[in-house]
Amino acid sequence: MTDMRTPLKKVTGLGSAKDGTTHFLRQRLTAVANVFLISFFVILVIALQGADYASFTEALSNPIISTLLLLVILVGCLHMKLGMQVIIEDYVHSEGLKFLLLMGNVFFASIIALASVVAVLKISFGA
Amino acid sequence: MANADLKANRPLSPHLQIYKPIVTMVMSILHRITGAALYFGTILMAFWLVCAAAGPESYQFAMDVFGSFLGRLVLFGFTWALVHHMLGGLRHFIWDMGHGFDLSAANWMARATIVGSVALTVILWIIGFIVA
Repeated sequence: MTDMRTPLKKVTGLGSAKDGTTHFLRQRLTAVANVFLISFFVILVIALQGADYASFTEALSNPIISTLLLLVILVGCLHMKLGMQVIIEDYVHSEGLKFLLLMGNVFFASIIALASVVAVLKISFGA
Repeated sequence: MANADLKANRPLSPHLQIYKPIVTMVMSILHRITGAALYFGTILMAFWLVCAAAGPESYQFAMDVFGSFLGRLVLFGFTWALVHHMLGGLRHFIWDMGHGFDLSAANWMARATIVGSVALTVILWIIGFIVA
């Protein structure tokens, strides 16, 4: 049987979800970045364990440390948003509840990311 | 599927409880569970940073929470979940590149994931206690 898809359909390559492989590629891109970022985060947390307030704020006032920490937060939160979306889509079959949980997922990831980013910026700018 | 009658009493295909657990399957399930745990674990990261941003007293409060026995226990679990999810992710990268699909390689990588994650977690905590 001949292919019933139009040339436009073939070239855009988007499936029924209308976003093609975007979700998969973002998931893998953030995963690759996280290998390095989370390694940095673990080393940072070990280095800062039990640190007093002055040495903690001094560490975060270093622009390299604060930039990397901001990347940890943003890339990490994007990765976890994508992952939890898949879990919800896999296990929640009721349309209404699924919709609410998918929204809640975006809200949760956004709040965690923004609260952490503001905190890091406030400390690194020396407030 | 969107319009399927989900309450109909149709026969279902067998699910998890009917299969004998095998190492690749358990690692796959653990990858998802650790991912979900890390999702909620980010509350701890946000708590740490927000407390620090709020001032020295609340920073000390967060340090006391994480320094308590229960706090350390949770952080130890957090470390393992992080390491296990990362090793599981590296396994997925190997599969993405088209390698490691034969049974012996898949089983070997699954065992390496659990042994490696436990070992790395213990090593990280030993390093933590040494530098403290």
